[in-house]
Amino acid sequence: MTTRNSSLALKWPRDAADGTLSAGADAADAFVRMSGVNLTYGGPGGIAAVDDLTLSVRKGEFAAVVGPSGCGKSTLMKLATGLVIPQAGSIEVDGAPVTGPLNIVGMAFQNPSLLPWRQVLGNIMLPLEIVSPHRQRLKRDRAEYVAKAEAILNLVGLEGFGSKFPWQLSGGMQQRCNLCRALIHEPGLLMLDEPFGALDAFTREELWGVIRDLHQAKRFTVILVTHDLREAVYLADRVFVMSSRPGRVLVERQIPFERPRPIDLTFTGEFNDIVHELRGTIAEARADKVAMV
Amino acid sequence: MAEVGITGPARGAVPGRVNWGWQMEKIASPVLFTAGIFIVWEAVVRLFNVPETILPTASATLEALWQYRGVIIENSLATLWTTTLGFAIAIVFGLALGVAIGWHRTVYSAVYPALIAFNSIPKVAVVPVLILWFGLGSLPAIITAFLISFFPIVVNVATGLATVEPELEDVLRALGAKKLMVMMKVGIPRSLPHFFGSLKIAVTLAFIGAVVAETCGASKGLGKLMLDAQSAFQIPVVFAALIVLSALGIVLYGITALVEQRYTGWAFRSQNR
Ligand SMILES: Nc1ncnc2c1ncn2[C@@H]1O[C@H](COP(=O)(O)OP(=O)(O)O)[C@@H](O)[C@H]1O
Ligand SMILES: [Mg+2]
Repeated sequence: MTTRNSSLALKWPRDAADGTLSAGADAADAFVRMSGVNLTYGGPGGIAAVDDLTLSVRKGEFAAVVGPSGCGKSTLMKLATGLVIPQAGSIEVDGAPVTGPLNIVGMAFQNPSLLPWRQVLGNIMLPLEIVSPHRQRLKRDRAEYVAKAEAILNLVGLEGFGSKFPWQLSGGMQQRCNLCRALIHEPGLLMLDEPFGALDAFTREELWGVIRDLHQAKRFTVILVTHDLREAVYLADRVFVMSSRPGRVLVERQIPFERPRPIDLTFTGEFNDIVHELRGTIAEARADKVAMV
Repeated sequence: MAEVGITGPARGAVPGRVNWGWQMEKIASPVLFTAGIFIVWEAVVRLFNVPETILPTASATLEALWQYRGVIIENSLATLWTTTLGFAIAIVFGLALGVAIGWHRTVYSAVYPALIAFNSIPKVAVVPVLILWFGLGSLPAIITAFLISFFPIVVNVATGLATVEPELEDVLRALGAKKLMVMMKVGIPRSLPHFFGSLKIAVTLAFIGAVVAETCGASKGLGKLMLDAQSAFQIPVVFAALIVLSALGIVLYGITALVEQRYTGWAFRSQNR
């Protein structure tokens, strides 16, 4: 379980993704693949959180998952990272079946959950104390790692905040730290579970820019869970719409806009057309649920 | 410090800077207040001619304190010893049991109600039983001090460990961290403020437990001294012992509070954002 994930520790492919993200690519080059996944909490007869969930995400792709609250989006995150094991179906990441927690996935949630007794630098370097081979090297090459941490802080606009404590930062800044912590060890896969949900609209748009640029620069694979359709359409290459519980993928929508995408894109007609279209499918999903009850 | 403007002197806790006016005020006002109590005490007793067998004057009490300082010190040391020993045992066992319970969230939620139930049993009620079992030595006092101060430590340590945000745990587990690692990096540092906070409560309780056990029957200690003085109608000595008790209580509390500040300063800072 510990060795198989070493392939995940690939360096971020530099700009490799440009040509490979065409809509026509088939499941063969999938980085994350789920098929027919069922997960039921609380044993047989319990709540089926997701059922017959099938999706695949390509390497370097930015995927977004949207769906009504409680439809199993967070469960999907946990499934893809091996934190929960499905009752049925198969999950593969980077070509290998997921049988337990993956080793080096970067995760960030809505709650920044920084450690209040550590300064920003200590907080974002936490993964380096856990992931090999950094864990073994951290003591020896400390200066190098600190430089790297400071570089990533600059990247998200937190230059010089390394020695602040979390309580000295605003919510948006804490969430930037959270992103840094998820990325410091250069994971091949980044899982974001409603990371901008608790922020005000302006800060949220700022952070869209931050994650957009990070992805543009490093080209890791991202799965972003959100209930904000505009966020999904703006950031993602592909949007998956989930049904209400038990969750499965209703619609898969390719987002054709060129990258880099300026924020003004969100005010264009084409953008809003796609948002509307997706909104319609979600409304259908919710109506379905009401009809079933 | 860079953010002098943010943390004004009124906080009084800015590290590296000592505001002497503030410090003086912090010391002077409680001293003045205490002196005031003694003066009122003296005045009331004299004014209303309260008999010494009910309430001796403050001066008579202080006099007794000085006159019998030998026995009082001897018995204080005995009480301090039983308190400290009971408290130390409580720390060791409390930590161990707290870690064991807080390790798994399911164990924690199963055991927590029982812990609270145990904690609310008046432990003083078992003192006669302990004396019955262990005789009149210092053992019952030590055990009472232990029993009474044990539960707050267990509850707080377990709570600190078990309430690690599940999301943070997910973040670490997705990096390949095992449970032990999660505990080392997050659980234990996080529960330190809970632990030290509980020590403040526990040490006071241990002290109460020890003294109560001594008044129920012991061969040494301040509780025993008070009992003896009472039956000999030496009421000033009883009150002198009371004064010593409260002074020792403050000292014990102060020491643990200092230790708490020293090791978990971050928890205080992050609260007064
Ligand atoms: N640990 C758990 N135990 C039992 N039920 C759970 C657990 N986690 C989630 N659920 C249930 O599974 C469903 C999907 O949850 P979740 O994946 O968190 O949804 P979402 O993130 O889309 O809001 C919800 O109905 C929730 O109540
Ligand atoms: Mg969720």
